Amino acid sequence: MITATDLRLTFGKGTPLENPALRGMSLTVNQGEFVTVIGSNGAGKSTFLNALAGEVLVDSGQIIVDNLDVTKLSTHKRAGRVARVFQDPLAGTCEGLTIEENLALAIKRGQRRGLSAAVKKQYMEQFRDSLSSLNLGLEKRLGDKMGLLSGGQRQAVSLLMASLTPSAILLLDEHTAALDPKTAAFVLELTTKIIDEQKLTALMVTHSMKQALEVGDRTVMLHQGQVVFDIEGRDREGLEVKDLLGLFEKQRGLEVDDDSLLLG
Amino acid sequence: MLSDIAFYGAVETGLIYGLVAFGIYISFRVLDFPDLTVDGSFPLGAAVAAVLIIDGVDPWLATGAAILAGMAAGAVTAILNVKLKILNLLASILTMIALYSINLRIMGRPNVALLTEETVLTPWYDLGLAYHQVPVVLFVIVITISLVLLWRFMKSETGLAMRATGANARMARAQGIATGAMIILGVALSNGLVGLAGALFAQSQGAADVTMGVGVIVIGLASLIGGEAVITPSSVLRALIACVVGAIIYRLAIAFALNADMLGLQAQDLNLITAVLVTLAIVLPGVRNTVVSKFTRSKA
Repeated sequence: MITATDLRLTFGKGTPLENPALRGMSLTVNQGEFVTVIGSNGAGKSTFLNALAGEVLVDSGQIIVDNLDVTKLSTHKRAGRVARVFQDPLAGTCEGLTIEENLALAIKRGQRRGLSAAVKKQYMEQFRDSLSSLNLGLEKRLGDKMGLLSGGQRQAVSLLMASLTPSAILLLDEHTAALDPKTAAFVLELTTKIIDEQKLTALMVTHSMKQALEVGDRTVMLHQGQVVFDIEGRDREGLEVKDLLGLFEKQRGLEVDDDSLLLG
Repeated sequence: MLSDIAFYGAVETGLIYGLVAFGIYISFRVLDFPDLTVDGSFPLGAAVAAVLIIDGVDPWLATGAAILAGMAAGAVTAILNVKLKILNLLASILTMIALYSINLRIMGRPNVALLTEETVLTPWYDLGLAYHQVPVVLFVIVITISLVLLWRFMKSETGLAMRATGANARMARAQGIATGAMIILGVALSNGLVGLAGALFAQSQGAADVTMGVGVIVIGLASLIGGEAVITPSSVLRALIACVVGAIIYRLAIAFALNADMLGLQAQDLNLITAVLVTLAIVLPGVRNTVVSKFTRSKA
């Protein structure tokens, strides 16, 4: 379970470019929940994810992950609890390393690393099994450099890497946004499959309202660094994009003028 | 063309610069950390080893101390960068400058002669090899051991974490790797190897000199880049072998250039030749690719 309480963060404090990204953001995600997060540009989606991951530290507020206060911990100290897939398919893997080396890096996420060989025989079966579940034939290419794979393949491997060891939460940062529609659909399907099978707790930021309603079991909308609405269960069933827009306008008394939210 | 002694001399120095190239491979290639500390840590290793040997310390112990001194110098550079957020290149220049004074302090004078002292090489002269072959034999052993250890390390969990740190720091952090600690460890390791090279150089040349570090970074880079041009560094092992091959080729090329009377080159032209060779090593692979692509465009 993760609890974020009253997170506040301002970029460029005291400069003309001062930008309050989080303004009292609070959210609790329960064990096994799959929450989708939407919001227009600048709503604070990415900043919120970065704050949870530790890439940025909040000015005030508290983040608790599985009963541990991680508010002041840097990224690598949280990594044992927080798994992450980035938007950029090239960011989640190392292209100069082989597929098996990338997986070997991920299998030790958040653990001590020693001087024994990184790629161990005992991992191989697990690597092959999980790669073959992708149906991309990658289980036969363990020794290939990651850079030889396409963006979609690399994003699929990033997902595997994030789920190779248990974590308290899986953060997905618009991880299908940079892919072509067909590949995006494949990666999204894979995402729901992995989350279902391993009963993961996940937070997925997306730009597409449609996607936000199609997957997961709870949807949260951010606006100006706060949660403006939070729907789940029966309220969420059968909801369509236009209902979501109506809800948004009712809540904020605002017109949605961000095309990117309406499209897609 | 090249006398036997000149040939073995070139290989001997090449093997020592192979160690420097290992260090530069770790900083420039693995960590993507342009580190100029080596111009200071090379004479540091030489100074520490020379002074300890003169004090009667066992030459191998003295060489070990030189490695530790080099590692400390590298750690200082990395800490300036990681903890104090000084630009990596600048941090290394600061350490390099500081080491000039420190090396003078260690030696107490600009140079220390070792000609009459017992060095790591001394026992090997009794084995019946020709005088100029002894250092080559010993240094081949040293560099082979270093290569195997370094290769094993790069394949280990920690080594892999170090490679990920240099290749994709954000991803490395997300995997729980303390990237700052990896940079400190890597730059220390790199300069430890350079310290070792300095210690061996002083013992084989019979002196440590405060100016002997000038241009070491360029020679190391020349070896690294030249080696990569000959052996494509598609794996860690190939990259390390490329370092050694590049360093030996480089020293042989220098020896040939200086020996070829028709070129009219003299010892003082060494740095100019180095600069030209490095430029060629950087530019030529690109030229080759352009030429190749000109002939293969129709296929693509």
